[in-house]
Amino acid sequence: MTGAAIQLDNVEFAYPGGEPLHFSTTFEAGSFTGLIGPSGSGKTTLINLIAGFEEPASGHIGFDGIDAVGTEPADRPVTMVFQDNNLFSHLNVFTNIALGVSASLDLSGDDRALIATSMEETGLSGLDQRLPRELSGGQRQRVAIARALVRDRPVLLLDEPFAALGPALRRDMLRLVSNIHKQRKMTVILVSHDPADVKFAATHAAFLDAGRVIANRPVDALFSASDIPGLQGYLGT
Amino acid sequence: MQTSRTLRPKPAVLAGLVALGSIGLAVATPMLALIAIAPAMPTLSADYLGFVWSITKFTVLQAGLSTLLSVLAAIPLARALARQASFPGRHIILRLLALPLALPALVVVLGIIEVWGRQGWVSTALQGTGLTGPLNIYGLTGILIAHVFFNMALAARLLVAALEQIPPENWRLAAQLSFTSRHVFRHIEWPVIRSVLPGIASLVFMLCIASFAVVLVLGGGPKATTLEVAIYQSLRFDFDPPRAVLLAALQLALCAGLFVLGGRMATDIAVMSSVGKQARRPDRFASRRMDTLVIAAGLTFIALPMLAIVLSGVTAPFTVIVSQSVFWRALATSLVLALTAASLSLTMAWSLLAAQRTVMRRRAPSRAASAFMSCMQASGSLILVVPPVVIGAGWFVVLHRTGLANSAAPVIVAIVNALMALPFALRILRPAVVGQAQVHDRLCASLGLSGLQRWRLIDLPVLARSFALAFAFAAALSIGDLGAAALFGSADFVTLPLLLLQKMGSYRSVEAAGIALLLAGFCLGLIWLAEQLKVETQSQ
Repeated sequence: MTGAAIQLDNVEFAYPGGEPLHFSTTFEAGSFTGLIGPSGSGKTTLINLIAGFEEPASGHIGFDGIDAVGTEPADRPVTMVFQDNNLFSHLNVFTNIALGVSASLDLSGDDRALIATSMEETGLSGLDQRLPRELSGGQRQRVAIARALVRDRPVLLLDEPFAALGPALRRDMLRLVSNIHKQRKMTVILVSHDPADVKFAATHAAFLDAGRVIANRPVDALFSASDIPGLQGYLGT
Repeated sequence: MQTSRTLRPKPAVLAGLVALGSIGLAVATPMLALIAIAPAMPTLSADYLGFVWSITKFTVLQAGLSTLLSVLAAIPLARALARQASFPGRHIILRLLALPLALPALVVVLGIIEVWGRQGWVSTALQGTGLTGPLNIYGLTGILIAHVFFNMALAARLLVAALEQIPPENWRLAAQLSFTSRHVFRHIEWPVIRSVLPGIASLVFMLCIASFAVVLVLGGGPKATTLEVAIYQSLRFDFDPPRAVLLAALQLALCAGLFVLGGRMATDIAVMSSVGKQARRPDRFASRRMDTLVIAAGLTFIALPMLAIVLSGVTAPFTVIVSQSVFWRALATSLVLALTAASLSLTMAWSLLAAQRTVMRRRAPSRAASAFMSCMQASGSLILVVPPVVIGAGWFVVLHRTGLANSAAPVIVAIVNALMALPFALRILRPAVVGQAQVHDRLCASLGLSGLQRWRLIDLPVLARSFALAFAFAAALSIGDLGAAALFGSADFVTLPLLLLQKMGSYRSVEAAGIALLLAGFCLGLIWLAEQLKVETQSQ
């Protein structure tokens, strides 16, 4: 399945007692965008709004032009990988991935084959009976990505899923996501605290500050720009 | 330059050792007394052995059924409360679930009789509709109702706490993966419930095995007597210490076996930390109607006896009650006992925790230090293994032999109540003490702050509210306790629960209702005060 374009049009949102956030931007179909910005700038909130875990007070969120506000998370063309707690600790690798196919775990032969392919694609072959506690941090995130793959949604949202990994392993994981993006042409949005990660893996980068998308451009254009307020200060250049 | 270091225990460790020794003495002395008189036990008739077998079976049966019913009722209630995480009054309902444990058992029994008794609200309503005759609450039925009242609320609160630890990412995953309510139960809730259920069930079972006041009033006769009540009866009515020894030994073996079994079965659920904000549950709308029904049913079951206590209490002849000198004596005795027991309990808890903190600072504790730590941790749970009535029975034997039964009774009751409150005091203080140690230990060490100086400048100001909270809980437990006081009660030594029992026994139910309301007021007042302190502490 190829990626979907995501449009955010005057999306307003505020946490109780918090400052209002205002998002307006477009993520191109099949792009891989890294969201960067200071802590509290609204990066995670933005992808939670796209995923449907938060509902905007006003504005529109659309996928390929179809408004999704009010649509349940499961019914959106989206799958998401979190920073932590992506897996059910009592279920083995295979079952954790299988939940992406069927919540009742009623699996056909084709389903099993699909799961095996996704495990192979993410480097998890042979680990199907392992419990999450028997896996390394990187392997656990690979399982979450494998489950995202079997869900076969056009949009993949990644909320700092590799933040807890060491530099070399993080690069491996970014390479994996980048390859998946290229092969499947999904629309990928990655929240990251490290601009280097975005430069390494993404095709586009969006800079957020104080609850707004200040700029969203191809990655080279954004990092070489000098006209984006706050970006130089954030990058320390 | 090489310096020599003198190895001597630190004052905190010494205080811990003294506390440990005192607890050991308070428990071991009566145990030894019971063992000492065991050889004097006459040959037991087949009839008596049959009686012992029958009450042992009943003890286990009522505890088993109480546990089963409490847990079965608590699971849907906890799921409903966890699922409906925000609705007006939820906070009040959760607080209401905490009240049964704070109420004296005897007061609750009175409320339950008002609701479920022959002339109670339910019987009257049923007779009015012509469905059935009056209910008989005495015997197993009444015991089960009372135990479910206490323990369903406890189990539901513990389960809600466990379910609320589920990380928000799980709910987001559930929403993404189209989980229905059934899937949520299977993949998310049940694994959590299953991990905490053995611990909760064994706790409830032990509380029911050691239940005294409920069985004393609602039980009766060989068909509905437990070992605890039989120990009391053999000492107070038959004055037959050897038989009490046999029963106490059985009770002790039962509790110790269960404690070990419970400890093996209990698997604390791993605290799952999360970086996410709280997430909405995907199944909160689908089950709303059923959840409302379940919460309403649970609330009605808990609230009705409490309402009955208030309604029958407010119409009591308080002028008659307060004109009796025995009331004032009972009130004074109860207050002095509660303050003494709470002070003792807090002193023991602090001494144990301060010693543990000191030993924990060592990077590689020796085998002796590890054993010392284990002993101190176990000492807090000792009262679950050796129930208050068993300790009281031992002391009863000791004091009667030395002729000190009357004069030493208040001291023993205060000690037993202090031991009873110790697990609660430790539970409240431990997180505060451990947290404080993590934050301040290295700083205090670098500044050279230790001993009394550290206690005055650092520990006391930081821990004052936790101390107050633990003190209030311990005092509330002591003021409502009947177990130990019932063994030592006399014309000169009357507590409020004992006075209430006497009024109930002499069919002065109107006066009993007034005393019950006052007793409930004292306990709930203390708990309310404690909760206020807790809220202030949390907000700080």
